[in-house]
Amino acid sequence: MEQALSHTTEPMPDVLYAMEFEGVCFSYEKTEVLKDVNFRLKQGEFLGIIGPNGGGKTTLVKLMLGLLRPDRGKIRILGQEPNAASRRVGYVPQSMDLSRAFPISVMEVALMGRLARARMGKRYTQEDEEKVRQVLEKVGMWEHRRKHIGKLSGGQKQRVFIARALATDPEILFLDEPTASIDPEFQVNLYDILEELNKRVTIVVITHDIGVVSSYMKSIACVNKHFIFHEGSHISQDMIDMAYQCPVELVAHGIPHRVLPSHKED
Amino acid sequence: MWDALQLEFMRNALAAGLLVSLICGVLGTLVVVNRIVFISGGIAHAAYGGIGLGLYFGVSPALGATLFSVAISMVMGVASIKSKERADTIIGVMWALGMALGIIFSELTPGYNVDLMSYLFGSILSVPGSDLWYMVCLNLVVLLFVFYFYKELVAMSYDEEFSFVVGIPVRALYFALLGLISLSVVMIIRVVGLILVIALLTIPPFIAEKYTSSLGKMMVLASLLSMVFTLAGLWASYQFNLASGATIIMVAGVGFFLSLGIGAVAAPRK
Repeated sequence: MEQALSHTTEPMPDVLYAMEFEGVCFSYEKTEVLKDVNFRLKQGEFLGIIGPNGGGKTTLVKLMLGLLRPDRGKIRILGQEPNAASRRVGYVPQSMDLSRAFPISVMEVALMGRLARARMGKRYTQEDEEKVRQVLEKVGMWEHRRKHIGKLSGGQKQRVFIARALATDPEILFLDEPTASIDPEFQVNLYDILEELNKRVTIVVITHDIGVVSSYMKSIACVNKHFIFHEGSHISQDMIDMAYQCPVELVAHGIPHRVLPSHKED
Repeated sequence: MWDALQLEFMRNALAAGLLVSLICGVLGTLVVVNRIVFISGGIAHAAYGGIGLGLYFGVSPALGATLFSVAISMVMGVASIKSKERADTIIGVMWALGMALGIIFSELTPGYNVDLMSYLFGSILSVPGSDLWYMVCLNLVVLLFVFYFYKELVAMSYDEEFSFVVGIPVRALYFALLGLISLSVVMIIRVVGLILVIALLTIPPFIAEKYTSSLGKMMVLASLLSMVFTLAGLWASYQFNLASGATIIMVAGVGFFLSLGIGAVAAPRK
């Protein structure tokens, strides 16, 4: 009896969780994109979200950021409404379709990250600029700070967007396909940066790269209208089946770099 | 030209041209980078409805146009957010309805004798001194707005989604921008007419964007270009006895194609 009671009392874990989804559904017009998503993510997690294109990965992130509102269900980010918490999160968007012609320098783009803390109608402060110098140095773009953003390569641009997200001093960092256009060399570098950052910050990465998923991430989720989440960086067969909707075998290459678990031999 | 400046109407025309250029460079830059050229065109044309209503109800056409275009800009703004897919259609419909309303109410106005052409193509040569003061005030309001919210405007224009996430009130800024555009459009109509407003709002920023590295510099260069076009057009219209509004736009159009040509020669496509 005692046991049952303590189970029903609200354990006040609100702030312990980086995010909570309760029965979240979302549709665009009549197309159902997400159905009954339930999960809780602890703070300090490093979550990788995989899934097929059109499976709702980006929609999920937009819900987390408060850019979209769920049709049903409840979302809490750091115990708050997504819109209220959005200043406490950093976001690296997937879209590279921002205007190339737009006259803005690398420095100015990175400074945008400080807007979450800056006052409306005031200039950026010395402190803002100092912070932006640090993050641009971290991603190796400081020397390019005066360059026009449209003149950078896709990978360099992505680094600037990562710096911009870091400049927000986020408690949770969201990255939507961060390695999509990045050079392989920086890709490893990026995950090292994220791993270091993860000591203080919860990280959520949407990615196609299942190999990277398992070697760096603490837990994996798969989304394809439904949402499967396991703590622990284990890609289960049900995730793979859901992600690719046909039987796919989990194959690991070479033992020293085994990133996927050994698969069942029938 | 110098003896022309002895004439008061010519001095007023010059002042109006410079004031309009400043506002076109600054607001036009925001119009171009936010891709709201179509809404701006819609506001300018629908403003004619306000002119007709103003005439019919016996208030000044300028006041009618101001109130009407501000109201319609808000409706268009809502449409552009709520119905993203068909926003251009809705704006196009309001564009046409506004003009139709203006034509019908001007016709219904007893003893109607206002020159329709002067609203369609502008009449910079008949700008009264009182209008100049209104232009000065509006320029100050626009410059203060842009100066005060500069970093927010840059962020919103470059990446609206990110700006929303970091807590910038992008909606409020967007509607404020539309409001300022509609106020300015009424003023620009005086100079080049409502049909030609779009050219003056878009051509100078379009050229300036290619030669600048920040939004602020783009605004400055666009304003300067706009001044050059306006003054050159005014001079040409005086020399050759052409319609001033249309001549200003022709000069700007020549500038537009020159810049395209220079761009093509300077940076051949990869």
